[in-house]
Amino acid sequence: MKIHIKNGHVIDPKNNINAKNDIYIAAGKIVAVGQQPDGFTANQTIDATDLIVSPGFVDLSARLREPGSEYKATLVSELHAAAAGGVTSLACTPDTQPVLDEPGLVEMLKHRAKQLNLAHVYPLGALTQKLEGKLLAEMCKLTEAGCVGFSQADAAITDTQVLWRAFEYASTFGYTLFLRAEDYYLAKDGVAHDGEVASRLGLKGIPAAAEALSIASILRIAIDTKTRIHLCRLSTAEGVALVRQAKKSGVPVTADVSINHIHLSDNDIGYFNAHANLKPPLRTNRDRDALCQGLKDGTINAICSDHTPVNNDAKLLPFAEAEAGAIGLELLMPLALKWASNSQLGLSDAIAKITSQPAAILGISGGHLSVNADADIAIFNPQQAWKVDANQLKSHGKNTPFLGLEIIGKIQYTLLHGQITYQA
Amino acid sequence: MYNPQLDSDGSLRHLLTIEGLPKRVLNQILDTAETFVGVAERDIKKVPLLRGKTVCNIFFENSTRTRTTFEIAAKRLSADVINLNVGTSSQSKGETILDTVDNLIAMHADMFVVRHAQSGAAHFIAQHVPDNISVINAGDGRHAHPTQGLLDVFTVRRYKPDMHNLRVALIGDVLHSRVARSEIHALTTLGVPEVRVIAPKTLLPADVNKLGVQVFHDMKTGLKDVDVIMMLRLQNERMNGAMLPSAQEYFKTFGLTQEKLSYAKTDAIVMHPGPMNRGVEIDSSVADGSQSVILPQVTYGIAVRMAVMAILGGRNVGGNA
Repeated sequence: MKIHIKNGHVIDPKNNINAKNDIYIAAGKIVAVGQQPDGFTANQTIDATDLIVSPGFVDLSARLREPGSEYKATLVSELHAAAAGGVTSLACTPDTQPVLDEPGLVEMLKHRAKQLNLAHVYPLGALTQKLEGKLLAEMCKLTEAGCVGFSQADAAITDTQVLWRAFEYASTFGYTLFLRAEDYYLAKDGVAHDGEVASRLGLKGIPAAAEALSIASILRIAIDTKTRIHLCRLSTAEGVALVRQAKKSGVPVTADVSINHIHLSDNDIGYFNAHANLKPPLRTNRDRDALCQGLKDGTINAICSDHTPVNNDAKLLPFAEAEAGAIGLELLMPLALKWASNSQLGLSDAIAKITSQPAAILGISGGHLSVNADADIAIFNPQQAWKVDANQLKSHGKNTPFLGLEIIGKIQYTLLHGQITYQA
Repeated sequence: MYNPQLDSDGSLRHLLTIEGLPKRVLNQILDTAETFVGVAERDIKKVPLLRGKTVCNIFFENSTRTRTTFEIAAKRLSADVINLNVGTSSQSKGETILDTVDNLIAMHADMFVVRHAQSGAAHFIAQHVPDNISVINAGDGRHAHPTQGLLDVFTVRRYKPDMHNLRVALIGDVLHSRVARSEIHALTTLGVPEVRVIAPKTLLPADVNKLGVQVFHDMKTGLKDVDVIMMLRLQNERMNGAMLPSAQEYFKTFGLTQEKLSYAKTDAIVMHPGPMNRGVEIDSSVADGSQSVILPQVTYGIAVRMAVMAILGGRNVGGNA
């Protein structure tokens, strides 16, 4: 199968391409950008006039809910959502049932995803067995099975002795740890940012200090143990400041932020909107602005969807009882574009945050359009507005605080290995 | 801005929280309540305003006092009353809040009085009822207890009619108190110029000053020149632990004794939403003393709840009066 993508505007931040270019694909690989190779005859031509052609997006955090929570979502439904969102590579968290702490489970997940052929799935293995924060998981065996890093998902390691050992062990083999920084005790039972909104609504708060304290411990241990750390889903201004400072002093740390936290704040809880019940909680406008700034100055490397499908019943509850999380695979690109436009940045800056940057963090080969690379490509209209409508979303979960809102940026085609996996 | 408690014409649709209600609506409720105070003193303690209507008390959290006062209020308005103590049992059987509510809607109730341990539960239910049903929040988590807030300002207004010239102090566990939040919003909406809270920092919510109150941590300065003292109940589970070292120490520092009462104005009134912990937040001699208006609060509570039900029951639904 040979595909010619013609007349598109190619944006490939890694290779510094931002110009009108044609792309030629053969046998699942990109064979040329710009000049048509000799003897190339396309079986299919995609007219990308007025469209952006970019590397397929790389998402640092998506919950696919398999195994164990198929009533919330399935690999099939969520990988279709990924394709519809232009996401061709994604890292999934280990908080499945059972937890991804056994090589067999990881192999099965990789195998199922490969058969579906809708996106590359890169599992993050459990850092500790059953995510209990007590005994280390078999990191080497899990890596062999396909894990690209290790994570505790939303579970904490409260025992600092265990945390230290986990870092040391991971560091021995050069594994990256993906950690969401939140002090377990300060965050316990909390459901909203500890501030004016939570006080008014009578919701139990999580102070901003919960993030700062945890980041401080993680970075301190990472320095001593020389562990590569990726901090997931920063939520506070103070968190951004701590990471900025650590990077300045040469600590090997990277960070991401979710699409929700760069656009929303605790005010968006409104009258107890359960879709705004997220982990970490939405914080103040000031925090949101600091996150956007951190993203702009490079303190925060990537934007992720933090895709978390929750079935309707689990959201149809009073705020604190509702299950936390929001879907995002189909909103990742439009909300990244919105951030760039709000920050007076170009499309290329937005695309870097969802392609080359997260790919580098995961240490995977995707996220660029180099010759000989897999033809994982997103083709989208950067000006097309669409309304986030539960009936249109491919994800099994319809839970997002952006429901009913209009966003700009619509995928027209998604290609994985040179095969069209989604067409609008 | 959209307000789930008001109809499109600005009249009361549900009573979920005092916050965001206009002064006009609060005064309408309080003025209506004045007309009901006399009803209880008559031989026949009934008016026919809600005849043929069904009021359903849905209590997901147990309460005898509040449920009883709502029941009396509804019966004095000639409504039929159903009490449903859902407690935790139904929920543990797997029935969701919405299942329970849907069943009651199917039984053609006209008004739901709802209490639930989670903040926002009343808003949640209000979002899911048809147009002909009104929801009254009888307490949701730490969020709101609007009829308590209303009966408290009704009591204040009766004893201290010049609301624009008052100092009010709330004392105790503001953090966990839906009553405190409703009192604060009711007082500030009605134009009380100075509302204070007095408590240790462990019992105050974050940024409490942004609710429009002044914060004090000791009784002597906090009570100075105060006209109205509103005590808050301290739940047993807060007394010993990380919030407070002991009930005794709390009584010593923040319990209202005759001595501490003397810091306030000599004609200050003392209020408490009940049930009281005598010897913890309030001394018996104060609770039963001449400045206490705690029992009149209970009496007025029925008139205020009648007023809220009468206003919601007389709502113009679908164009038919």
